[in-house]
Amino acid sequence: MDPRPLKITLAHGSGGRMMQELIATLFRRAFDNPALNSLDDAAELAFPGTRLAFTTDSYVVTPLIFPGGDIGRLAVCGTLNDLAVKGARPLALSASFILEEGLETALLEKIVASMARAASEAGVSVVTGDTKVVEKGKADGMFITTSGVGEIPAGRNVSGSLARPGDAVLVNGPIAEHGIAVLNARMDFGLKGDLKSDCASLSGLVEALFGVTSKIHAMRDPTRGGVATTLNEIAGQSGVGIILEEARIPVRPEVKASCDLLGLDPLYVANEGKVLVVVDRDEAGAVLVSMKGCPLGEGAARIGEVVDKPRGVFLRTRIGGLRPLILLEGEQLPRIC
Amino acid sequence: MCLAVPGKIKKIEGRLAEVDFGGVTRESALDLLADAKVGDYILVHAGYAIQKLDEQEALETIKLLEEVYGSDPEGPEEPSP
Amino acid sequence: MNLDKFSDPGLAKGLLGKIESLVRGDVALMEVCGTHTMAIASSGIRNLLPKPLKLLSGPGCPVCVTPTHEVDRAVAFARLPDVILTTFGDMLRVTGSESSLEQSKAEGAEVRVVYSPRDALALAREHPDKSIIFVGVGFETTSPTIAATVKEAREKGVANFFVQPAFKLVPEALRAILEMGRVKLAGFLCPGHVSTIIGSRPYEFIPRDYGQPCVIAGFEPVDILEAVAMLLEQIRSGKPRVEIQYRRTVRPEGNPQAVALMEEVFEPCDSEWRAIGMIPKTGLAFRKGFKAFDATERFPVTLPAPVDPPGCLCGEVMMGIHAPRECSLFGTGCTPAHPVGPCMVSSEGACAAWYKYGER
Repeated sequence: MDPRPLKITLAHGSGGRMMQELIATLFRRAFDNPALNSLDDAAELAFPGTRLAFTTDSYVVTPLIFPGGDIGRLAVCGTLNDLAVKGARPLALSASFILEEGLETALLEKIVASMARAASEAGVSVVTGDTKVVEKGKADGMFITTSGVGEIPAGRNVSGSLARPGDAVLVNGPIAEHGIAVLNARMDFGLKGDLKSDCASLSGLVEALFGVTSKIHAMRDPTRGGVATTLNEIAGQSGVGIILEEARIPVRPEVKASCDLLGLDPLYVANEGKVLVVVDRDEAGAVLVSMKGCPLGEGAARIGEVVDKPRGVFLRTRIGGLRPLILLEGEQLPRIC
Repeated sequence: MCLAVPGKIKKIEGRLAEVDFGGVTRESALDLLADAKVGDYILVHAGYAIQKLDEQEALETIKLLEEVYGSDPEGPEEPSP
Repeated sequence: MNLDKFSDPGLAKGLLGKIESLVRGDVALMEVCGTHTMAIASSGIRNLLPKPLKLLSGPGCPVCVTPTHEVDRAVAFARLPDVILTTFGDMLRVTGSESSLEQSKAEGAEVRVVYSPRDALALAREHPDKSIIFVGVGFETTSPTIAATVKEAREKGVANFFVQPAFKLVPEALRAILEMGRVKLAGFLCPGHVSTIIGSRPYEFIPRDYGQPCVIAGFEPVDILEAVAMLLEQIRSGKPRVEIQYRRTVRPEGNPQAVALMEEVFEPCDSEWRAIGMIPKTGLAFRKGFKAFDATERFPVTLPAPVDPPGCLCGEVMMGIHAPRECSLFGTGCTPAHPVGPCMVSSEGACAAWYKYGER
């Protein structure tokens, strides 16, 4: 049993093993209920005649505006995506703001306008909210918490615990875009080029996929911790193994070059407009075609498969080796070695 | 102990070169490679160019290996439609 | 330049076949460089090699070999008022006797990760009211870059930029391993980028005085496999020498400009290697003319008494004497989540690599 850390560190927010442990030992222990314990991105709640999906997320990204998006757009799309990957059609959003004293009103306006745009593009509204202001130095500009409610149509059963041996693993496009764009902007690493966040709402794409088949078993958006972390969650929840083919994983050359320069593995870098789809192998071809027909599905690829054994997530490397993709302790750090 | 990445020099201004790493550029210092020129391929470590990449040698290494071992006749598996 | 062929599966397969045909009985090769440890692990080469062939990780992981008291010193610097501590990302999570840079950052110290020492110099120019201290860790690939930054600082009259010198040198460390004579090694896979700077000549004493083959290897899968095949050929021929596999960047003379810069600013000194002990002439100290940049002189700090974790076999692991799994703490008391020794702390340390890549 790992001893309880005395203080929270940044690693506890990275999506890796330490965050998972904190959630399991501290939050779940206190809150403990079946909907929470399923550990999906949105909770499924049974209501008479229907099922609702309910999700919440906080956004603390800096800088507030980055290539490809901003904290507001990120908040709306992130919550919409957590509903989408549960197979839910979004119904409504809430938005709470914690603003730092001294924040420029014009900047706040710009970000809120961006949120309104993102919500309207997805056909939903922000129906309720809250605003608080804290003293200078206590909020990095602003923090946003969004919650979302959606309806899960009958016949859809999507959960991280439902991946089955034989299923195919698909992704809708090139990975590691968001994490690299934001890291470069925040840390001033001086990389110049077409590096921008892929921040986008996947509701439309997901609806298109359900138009093809209902045999989508698991979906998740690989945000913090990247594809490798997210697939570890699914493999763990489902009690299966997942093998990815290195040669098939789409990464744009600019993003790959940035990862090489900083010593980062793209498989562990955050995405904000990508979805991993675990689907019955017989439907995989049709689902892939449908994905490629969507604006957010250019560059979609079939990247791996679910197996019974070995358990855990693995990468078949270009030269035919098999390498485990484990859960990292915390966030990847740029390195020189 | 050392990550170093290959890139091509696009521009030089004083001790600094703008280096293209395949679509992404970054400024790299030429203090360790004073005779580097625009168009050279170089290896960059921690923001400094540490050596020129000899394209001829790279091609010859591959050529020799291919003569002995050939390339993969099967190629990567195509995804099924 | 397209370097994709250096990951070509067909060439890799062919080279693996060649390696298979050359292996006769148990053979242990040492790959010195931490970046090689990572490259070998991430390409999945290790379990494609024939079983009798073992690749041992050497002490080429600068994070692993930085002594506890230098980590403690960096932490102490970070806690000083009006200091911005700058570091490569590699050092952020390394634990000293009581704390790490990451932890001190959580407690309010100003610690920044930089990609290049020049970024630290830029910070110094932006913050003339602060002292910017750069943690100088690395081997011969890195120390010339810091030498260059120090010279630029002098050129520009920057008086608030300092370096904590904790550099290490490779060739003498290899001599120490050979002198200890406790490992049955058949050859060395030498570090590709260190050699880009120092060339092949500094390794010549290895075949000459110890009869050991050396091949300087690149980092793509085909590079590493070709280098292993070359080592096995040397073993078979009984004619050990220093060969360069990484011909596209390593020349026998290395990069003389870089070496000259390094020698202008620094001079070799005795140095302590974490978990191993003192190895003569394996560190770098500022020369008299550049002492003004030495953070250790400029900022005296009190350090906690160094703590040696009991049961930790890191020293022997780094010298190739034991495999990670032979340490009683490996995987039980010592894991990446709760590392005891430096080999587990660094992501490219031998124990961390073995743990992550499934070699239990």
